[in-house]
Amino acid sequence: MAGMTGMLQTRRNQMIALAVLGVLLFILPFAAGALGQAWVRILNMTLLYVMLALGLNVVVGVAGLLDLGYVAFYAVGAYTWSLLASAHFDLHYPFWILLPLGAFLAALAGLLLGTPVLKLRGDYLAIVTLGFGEIVRILMNNFDKVGLPWSDESYNVTNGPRGITGIDGLNFFGFKISKGLDLFGLQITSLQLYYFVFLAFAILSIIGVSRLQHSRIGRAWQALREDEIAAKAMGINTRNVKLAAFAFGALTGGLAGGLFASMQGFVSPESFGLLESIMILAMVVLGGMGHIPGVILGAVLLSAMPEVIRYAADENMQQKIFGLVLIAPEVLRNLIFSLAMILIMLFKPAGLWPSPEKK
Amino acid sequence: MMTDMLFTAENVTKRFGGVTALDNVSMEIPRASIFGLIGPNGAGKTTFFNTLTGLYQVDEGKFTFDGKPLNVKAPHEVAEVGIARTFQNIRLFGEMSVLENVMVGRHVRTKAGAFGAIFQTPSTRREEAAITQRAHELLDYIGLSKRAGDKSRTLAYGEQRRLEIARALATDPKMIALDEPAAGMNATETIALRELIERIARDGTTVMLIEHDMRLVMKVCHHLAVLDYGRKIAGGTPSEVQRDPAVIKAYLGGAHTEVTK
Repeated sequence: MAGMTGMLQTRRNQMIALAVLGVLLFILPFAAGALGQAWVRILNMTLLYVMLALGLNVVVGVAGLLDLGYVAFYAVGAYTWSLLASAHFDLHYPFWILLPLGAFLAALAGLLLGTPVLKLRGDYLAIVTLGFGEIVRILMNNFDKVGLPWSDESYNVTNGPRGITGIDGLNFFGFKISKGLDLFGLQITSLQLYYFVFLAFAILSIIGVSRLQHSRIGRAWQALREDEIAAKAMGINTRNVKLAAFAFGALTGGLAGGLFASMQGFVSPESFGLLESIMILAMVVLGGMGHIPGVILGAVLLSAMPEVIRYAADENMQQKIFGLVLIAPEVLRNLIFSLAMILIMLFKPAGLWPSPEKK
Repeated sequence: MMTDMLFTAENVTKRFGGVTALDNVSMEIPRASIFGLIGPNGAGKTTFFNTLTGLYQVDEGKFTFDGKPLNVKAPHEVAEVGIARTFQNIRLFGEMSVLENVMVGRHVRTKAGAFGAIFQTPSTRREEAAITQRAHELLDYIGLSKRAGDKSRTLAYGEQRRLEIARALATDPKMIALDEPAAGMNATETIALRELIERIARDGTTVMLIEHDMRLVMKVCHHLAVLDYGRKIAGGTPSEVQRDPAVIKAYLGGAHTEVTK
């Protein structure tokens, strides 16, 4: 009886916590908007990073496959949207084709990467995936002059390092998000609308990956991470299971990529470098590998922290404290950021919020 | 006669370059019995085991399992056929809970895919409930129910051994192969292990035991095969094997038998 009421109590507390969180998440873009639209954009990017970190977590945290080229899938999603919904080819497909298509193509790229690395683990896998990420970026950079063996003409596919501009925003069956919304006198800006769309996708991603993680295939991923030989002896076809991990991780990345392109209106290969892959990996590791709440926390902290430091550690601040500018703000920002990462790893080696000892 | 045999090996030979690791080895394991495979270090027990479980392919000879030729190409196919194994150096999924370890064992007998998991289809939920229930039953069976939620790496040594057995049993095996399950166990743990092995055989699962602990082997096994330098030098009941001069020679050395004479 006592246990029953206790359970109801925790259930009720959970509902209250969820309701509070929901209200906070609803108010957040308006609070940020009061400070300036730049802050809303930071919020939106944070939501995209949550999705990216969750996707990479499937590969690295759950299945234990170190992937240093994850941003390639983000790029596939972003370029799918950019090429098929912009002035570049003058194609303007709707979101309900482009988002699934981008996710599908990213998953396909995941299989493409996964197949040759099936037998690799650890450092070797990291090097190959790193190379894959770079290949995708270099392709985007150089596909502005694609020649065909049977013709002298060259085709401009990706517009190279100049990137693609004039990308269509999200457009819900005639309703253009980029115009913003006047809801009974409440002015909702375009970025704030994007916030709600991204929030919905982030929540769907959280539900999707946590259901996967606690399923038959999720357990197979974890078994693979813990001990591949034992996993095989249990009858797990490690080839299929690995490919599924790559594909699902990539799918989430591709989805985030499409959303990114729609909000940004501009993509270039520069956004998809190695540093980006490493940042997403750092979110997973610092948050707590394989533990979804930890990974979300890692993504929120690492994507928001540099921006907060940018404002906190500016020239004015130093001027006030020391009377002169000691270190260039950009250097100071990187210094604080790196120090914070080192400190987290020193004092919380399993991440800020690792999976609990008892389930 | 043949139908009573769950597993037979006929003239199995395995060579590594110039070394003949298994030389014309034959044996038969009756259903629901406990069969011991023994021999000094380097006798070929592990090679036999690895050939049987698909890690290596045989050069000559053949295996028959449950009336059909056993022809596994990849290690993961072995569990599907109905042979489960444990490992000499325990290989649990350390960061997963005790219950989840056993649930992984159900993988090969279930089929829910990613789609079912994401959309929580009724068939997936039913299957998941069945997996959980069976895993709890098996934890009860080995007496580890109280630790179901703990990470498996936090278990004591003997408990880890038993959990490995439960995980193997979760694959619904016809035969369970235990690779030195008593290694590193104290006397009490060994007794508990012996009772567990006997119970598994009584409940209808054939046990193949690869073991160094002679006292355990002689007490628990119905039949034995003794390997030495890749050859089967003796076979039969424990008391027959114990009296076999070839076995005594292999274990104690030729010189010793001379002296005792």
